[in-house]
Amino acid sequence: MSLLEVEGLCVDFGRRRVPAVRGVSFSLSEGERLGIIGESGSGKTVTALAVMGLLPETARVRGSIRWRGGELLGRAEKELATLRGNAVGMVFQEPMTALDPTMKVGRQVAEVMLLHRETAGAAARPQVIAMLGDVGLTDPERIADAYPHQLSGGQRQRVIIAMALVNGPDLVICDEPTTALDVTVQATVLELLDRVLTAERAACLFISHDLAVVSQVCSQVLVMLDGEVVEAGPTSKLFTSPTHPYTRGLVATARLDLVNPGERLPTVEDYYALGAGQ
Amino acid sequence: MSEIYRTVGLSRTYRNGSRSVAALVDASVTLQAGQRLGIVGESGSGKSTLIRLLAGLDRPTVGEVWFAGTQIDQLPERKLGFLRASVQMVFQDPRSSLNPRMKVGDIITEPLRSRLVRRQLDGRIDHRSRLAEVMADVDLPLDYADRYPHEFSGGQRQRIAIARALAPKPDVLIADEPVSALDVSVRAHVMNLLNDLVASHGLTLVVVGHDLMVVRHLCDSLLVMQSGRIVESGSADQVFHQPQTAYTRSLLAAIPRIRTGPDAPEPQSSE
Repeated sequence: MSLLEVEGLCVDFGRRRVPAVRGVSFSLSEGERLGIIGESGSGKTVTALAVMGLLPETARVRGSIRWRGGELLGRAEKELATLRGNAVGMVFQEPMTALDPTMKVGRQVAEVMLLHRETAGAAARPQVIAMLGDVGLTDPERIADAYPHQLSGGQRQRVIIAMALVNGPDLVICDEPTTALDVTVQATVLELLDRVLTAERAACLFISHDLAVVSQVCSQVLVMLDGEVVEAGPTSKLFTSPTHPYTRGLVATARLDLVNPGERLPTVEDYYALGAGQ
Repeated sequence: MSEIYRTVGLSRTYRNGSRSVAALVDASVTLQAGQRLGIVGESGSGKSTLIRLLAGLDRPTVGEVWFAGTQIDQLPERKLGFLRASVQMVFQDPRSSLNPRMKVGDIITEPLRSRLVRRQLDGRIDHRSRLAEVMADVDLPLDYADRYPHEFSGGQRQRIAIARALAPKPDVLIADEPVSALDVSVRAHVMNLLNDLVASHGLTLVVVGHDLMVVRHLCDSLLVMQSGRIVESGSADQVFHQPQTAYTRSLLAAIPRIRTGPDAPEPQSSE
């Protein structure tokens, strides 16, 4: 049985005529990592939010989202809240807004544990320190007693990853987890994600507009455009022999290393023009 | 080629209560007219401080900044009109760098209405025709001028920001992370546009970025910064292919490359 099965997912919002997500289907088995690629507005974040049941009330969701065979759509918020943070961990793009600025980060990590585990407050601390150490933070004791603003962007993102993983989730959803970071920090955070996901044997839904980043973490990829899936398959195949003109263009634009400096870069439109000309 | 910028032993220290932070330490840079210089480094490496000093938006603690033969770091703002007209900036995030209450046409022609800049320009410069020229330069239809920034996508907004920068016919364009807030698919368009404009207008370009691939594509020379110091400089090819410092090598190694499978080997570069 799949861990997560999404079938014919459609989402539209209040006044908007155009649905944000149109008939998206995919499934994720235990430990599998699926990347969702697309530009802003393609519906990738809405898809992830729908899986977590975090869409605003103005959203109309149709289709089916099954977690270990059980339908999530229509379930009470309380049940979903138990699932979130316990079986499903989340890593968001902007680490400063995802952390509470008035609370020491150790307490924030502990809070996630206490909400879902029977651990007493004081007993949580050693586990929190161990988790902060696991995500590669040197001197976790000091970090636990720091406020978010005292940490660098990379450190904050590691704290967020610690929060997402502290309850040993079966699935971690990452929404552009490294977009706000420097390249060097991004490289270390991606390595870390790869390592902890492997260690925890957790599945991952990884959302990004950056193909190179997705290819570092995921074995399967889904390409979204205007709310629809235009292409899906194993990372190796999709990035070497893409078929849809949008994917072909996307792969070409991402390969800055194949173009001599100063020369014109290929664009997605070039590939649509190619397709039309044939 | 003539020298357009020269900085001598430039340092900038910020004070934060009793703590002082050396954001830039002893930076000496020369820039020739027509050169395309890329400045790379992580956040906090001093690259933004350096361009703020070049653009005359901040004053050095120690050192000199020369622009086209004039020392500018001591000049009062009212005498900086020539610099304001000749040096224009494009910022990272076009969502926050365009005034949401102004129409696109007004945003683009705003530099022309500045009192400081106006004195430097040909007095008879016609705003309507200049607007049409720069909008054509960045491939935006003229009727967009009557709309507001929120009606446009990130890539279109960055084109608007570039059109505004071009309006006073500058000699130097300073772009601070011009594509890092954009989607990969939009990035190619804006980079092609920047390359075309620099070539067709004979601009001198300074690009700041943390992504070495992007910066190399736009520039002929590179400057690598770390903790406020320039640790390496040279032609783009040389820095890219024969990095001299461990730091530059670590920046190069960190560039995310497409892997075609979790265990697949790194794809070979074309060179």
